[in-house]
Amino acid sequence: MAVSHGHKGINFAQTTSICLNFIQEALLKHQWQRASEFLQHYFQALEDFNSQKRQVALQNIWKLGSAILYHHPKSNVETFNAFADRMKNIGVQNYLKISLQHALYLLHKGMVEEAYRNLNQAESWRYGEMSASQEKIIKLIQAYRGLLDYYTWSKKRTELSKFDMDGFATSAATQDMHSYFRQASVNLHEIIKIPGVWDPFVKSYVEMLEFYGDQDGARQVLTDYAYDNNFPSNPNAHIYLYKFLKKEKAPEDKLISVLKILHQIVPSHKIMLEFHMLLRKSKKEEHQKLGLEVLFAVLDFSGCTENITAWKYLAKYLKQIMMEKHLNWVQEGWSSRKDWWPTFHFSYYLAKKNWKENKILALEKAFTSGILLGKGCKYFMYVSKQGHKVQKKSIKTMKKFVMKHNILDSEEL
Amino acid sequence: MEFEEARDFSERCTQCTAVSWGITDEGTYYCTSCLNVTERCKEVESIVDFTPNTKIQAISRGLKKKRKLEKGWEWYVCEGFQYVLYQQAEALLSLGVCPKLKDEVLHNFWKRYLQKSKQAYCRKPIYSNDNKSAASDSHLSLSGLDSEPELLSIRSCPSSEGEAESQSDVNSGLILPNIKTTQCETTSVCSGSVDGVEYSRQKEKGILKMTLPMTLAFCYMSLLWQRETITLSDLLRFVEDGHIPYINTYQNFPEEMKLYGQDIKFFSVESWPVYEDIYEKMIELGKFLDLPRFPDITENCFLHPNMLCMKYLMEANLPDEMHSLTCQVTRITGMGEVDFLTFDPITQKTKTVKYDVQAVAIIVVVLKLLFLLNDNVEWSLSSLAQENNENNHEGKPYFDFRKWYQIMKKIIDEKQQKQEEFRAKYLWKSAKPLYYSSVDRSVVYKRRRMVANLQKQFSILVDSAPNPEKKKPSSFQLNWAEDQNTTCFHGHSLQKILQKKGKSLTTLNSQYWLSTQKFCKSYCKHVTTYEESNFSVSYQFVLNFFSFLLRIKTSLLHEEVSLIEKRLFYKKYENKSKASKSKKARRF
Repeated sequence: MAVSHGHKGINFAQTTSICLNFIQEALLKHQWQRASEFLQHYFQALEDFNSQKRQVALQNIWKLGSAILYHHPKSNVETFNAFADRMKNIGVQNYLKISLQHALYLLHKGMVEEAYRNLNQAESWRYGEMSASQEKIIKLIQAYRGLLDYYTWSKKRTELSKFDMDGFATSAATQDMHSYFRQASVNLHEIIKIPGVWDPFVKSYVEMLEFYGDQDGARQVLTDYAYDNNFPSNPNAHIYLYKFLKKEKAPEDKLISVLKILHQIVPSHKIMLEFHMLLRKSKKEEHQKLGLEVLFAVLDFSGCTENITAWKYLAKYLKQIMMEKHLNWVQEGWSSRKDWWPTFHFSYYLAKKNWKENKILALEKAFTSGILLGKGCKYFMYVSKQGHKVQKKSIKTMKKFVMKHNILDSEEL
Repeated sequence: MEFEEARDFSERCTQCTAVSWGITDEGTYYCTSCLNVTERCKEVESIVDFTPNTKIQAISRGLKKKRKLEKGWEWYVCEGFQYVLYQQAEALLSLGVCPKLKDEVLHNFWKRYLQKSKQAYCRKPIYSNDNKSAASDSHLSLSGLDSEPELLSIRSCPSSEGEAESQSDVNSGLILPNIKTTQCETTSVCSGSVDGVEYSRQKEKGILKMTLPMTLAFCYMSLLWQRETITLSDLLRFVEDGHIPYINTYQNFPEEMKLYGQDIKFFSVESWPVYEDIYEKMIELGKFLDLPRFPDITENCFLHPNMLCMKYLMEANLPDEMHSLTCQVTRITGMGEVDFLTFDPITQKTKTVKYDVQAVAIIVVVLKLLFLLNDNVEWSLSSLAQENNENNHEGKPYFDFRKWYQIMKKIIDEKQQKQEEFRAKYLWKSAKPLYYSSVDRSVVYKRRRMVANLQKQFSILVDSAPNPEKKKPSSFQLNWAEDQNTTCFHGHSLQKILQKKGKSLTTLNSQYWLSTQKFCKSYCKHVTTYEESNFSVSYQFVLNFFSFLLRIKTSLLHEEVSLIEKRLFYKKYENKSKASKSKKARRF
């Protein structure tokens, strides 16, 4: 008797996966119409006999469907709402997640009240045992609600400050505003405890605390946010803290210690120039040395190569240092850079370019290059020659200084 | 229209004077040749009178026993299949097949199957008292059944082997099925049909069980018996395009035939049929039914290689002149012989011919003979042809392989893309969802409603483009003669490629390479598997092209090509030493 070899024909699972590919491809190419066409034929995956596959299908449909509805010219908020409501109520696992994403969509469209309502509704939903992942989402929902409470508070504050209402009305409105503050702070306070990146939440919370005069509380929040090791490294946290302390007129040592950490994380940040000034003003020698390092570090990055301020500071500082005879500082900073800075900053091509576009920049750079590379440096030579025609005097001074003080000669010595 | 033939009514028809009657829904007689309806009614049949030729439609007139659990009829799994076959037969008829297929051929095959599998038409149907050792013999209660004729399959008649049931006497005693009331109640919860659970468990040796792919095997077997102009690949293509019911046939069951639970396994399938699978099933079936030799396939039959090759040559837009070469190959290899082609389940138990695949394989072999297809010769020959065509504008143009390749590649790429999209969009789940038990039912229906809602919602986003008309079923997927936009190569000449040698023509190309060097020496005779990377691009293209036309795997076609070459060049295979020295440009 002939035995069947178990030949398998193309089946449901295969065609739905091909369908999924078509949808994804269409989305990548922004072909919303085509994606909708195929999505229509993908819905049947929700009827799969296998419950796991149904769940996967549901998630796919939500992701793809919401993307299509977001972009499709014929879709609008009502369509999206209807779709989201339907999706939420299929099974129970996805209710919270979809609610949250729905709320974010509404926020995106500027419908703050709707979003708020959604979040409220989601927060009060309960179904049996709550798994750990559901708890996390609930917290997120509460946090966003807190954020929206802050937003309302902020609006009310602006209103109050604008109108000079008399006694009774003012106090009612103020009470209202305070209640929003209380609501917001509960939720925001909670979410900030969880390790994560919560910039907008932190900022809002701190603003409110400051408004109510709780400087200590605000400082604590920002310090925790910046320094708690459980939290992912976040440059913004340090910047917030720095700005706050600056406003408070904290001692310079404190400011320096905050920015030092930032310097390690993001050496190319704009605020580093401010840091440099702080360091320069300081009496401590180690700070002064660090000041040079900070400038070097900033100019290591291609985003800052045309930053006139940075070059100005560097030129001035180098001059100062050379005159104070701290050559070793310069040498130390320069040793790791001498291999690549010449081509990076001081090439002949750049000399021509900088001179053409921005003479001030060119001059500052030339000065620096002269000090670091000696008078034989191409950049220096070109700019001095060009500059000689225009500003004889300053060029002469520059040349003189370079002749006297540059590393090369000192090295030879 | 009722299919049942009224044997006892033998008057001549007033309009056409024929004596062949059927019964309408109302119970009156009608003439099957001129469809003239009379006023005479058939008497309400008693149990005894029920003739064995009725098809499932009889249900609509009988008295039914309402099941306590689910409102609906009692029905047996094989009745469900009978209904499916009925629908398929109707579909085939609408495609233009001779009506004899449904009324005689398929019907008789089916009856024979029921007989052989002991479900009906035999002395001791499986469901009779005697056979079942189930404990509930004692529960047999006929009280509810007295006045109700049971459904057709559980009829017993004097065991008459062969297809002459129509002559059988009406039986005197009726052996009713063992209803097994208590067991019935519990088992039937898991299936809409009465015997769904048992049917899946039944493992009696030697019995061929019925499945949906088997229905196609039945169809194909009937088509083969009739020597119709529909090949197996055509049949399967019609199934995929929806012209022949297969995927969701249960939707068309009568409302009262409830289907759930175990029945899902039998009547719902979520994959398309595969050529080799149906082919093998047909052979199994032929053997199981102890069929005699099928009607001969001679030279004028559609299924003969000469005819089929012509058809495929036309479809593939190849020159008609190639036909004589295919005929020659057929002749030399002996594949045109009647005995080779005709299916004979009794003597050759395990094989028949894959007519379509074979015809296409012959064409591939001829292409290889003419063009070698080693990524070299075919292009130089094309250049020759092109040169000649540019200089000479009279007479038939020479066939340019390169031009053919370019046109066909474009077409086939488009068609493949369209097919991918068709498959991606195919809706497997029907409006009538399936559920495992009555508990599931509401959930399943709810899901269906939700899916329907979602589809509706997104249909707004989709431009309401007019639905492309469902393709009319046709034997030919590609049509060249009428299309003015592209070149039709049918009339092109092979002149340059064939050169005169004495009285006959031989090919300009004198080389050949074999698709397979080694054949498995054991019983199964399979060939080494087809690895695309071992072969030239032109060969791959040709295989892909024809495999796509037939909707089969390229490895299957490659296998067939190898088998033909084996016959053609058998001398090379016999002498191994010669084989290595022979003129071949083989690439491995």
